[in-house]
Amino acid sequence: MKQKKKWYDYLWIVSLTYLVLGFFNILFAWLGMACFIIPLVISIVKGSKGYCNRYCGRGQLFALLGGRFGLSRKRDMPKWMKSKWFRYGFLIFFFAMFFQMLWNTYLVFAGAQDLKQVVTLLWTFKLPWHWAYHGTLFSDGVAQFAFGFYSVMLTSTVLGVVTMILFKPRSWCVYCPMGTMTQLICKAKAGACKKEGLR
Amino acid sequence: MQETKKIRKKASIPQKECVACGCCVKVCLLGAISIYKGIYAQVDTDKCVGCGKCAKECPASIICVAETQEGQVK
Repeated sequence: MKQKKKWYDYLWIVSLTYLVLGFFNILFAWLGMACFIIPLVISIVKGSKGYCNRYCGRGQLFALLGGRFGLSRKRDMPKWMKSKWFRYGFLIFFFAMFFQMLWNTYLVFAGAQDLKQVVTLLWTFKLPWHWAYHGTLFSDGVAQFAFGFYSVMLTSTVLGVVTMILFKPRSWCVYCPMGTMTQLICKAKAGACKKEGLR
Repeated sequence: MQETKKIRKKASIPQKECVACGCCVKVCLLGAISIYKGIYAQVDTDKCVGCGKCAKECPASIICVAETQEGQVK
């Protein structure tokens, strides 16, 4: 007995393509905004984690690599990693790093800083990435955001792959900042609905 | 005559620890698990046969398959 595959079960191809495109032209990084906007819209409008549950290509990619390709030890993750402290802490840290990236983008837009053609991995290692930059029709800030955003995406993919190998395939899903945030939104929404029902 | 009680294994998911990722929902062949309002996964004990696929899949390893009586986890 096998469940029939739906169109959205192939979204891992999109995630993989996205990562590959970033090696050719960094401006494609902008497309990754979809991974931020879609889950937020679904959780705010529908009050569900439909994105995680169905459409997350990254989760599917980890499930495929760790599951079918057997690249995961399939061990339990440590307790602290699934604790609320770590999950919310990681969300806050991730956001802080994200806003720092936006600040750097602003500085380039404002002309206070030059464009840095690097991808920062794990918020520390600066990888030269000039070969994926062929100029932009717009402000340098547009390219700076692309480098910054791709850094975020690549860093989270690397973390996800490491925990995929060490623990279960989709270990990333436990501490994924977007997952944590959408769950919080759903909780808030469900709480608000409950209150309204009482009135 | 001795009364026999049916003891069956069912999956149970602690609400507080669940991240609602939906991995268990995807892997359940009987469609016994659903995500409640994007907050946690819940098991329909009428449908669950206790196969343990979800427990194996759960990235947080929080699902346990335990013996139940009349749908209640002991």
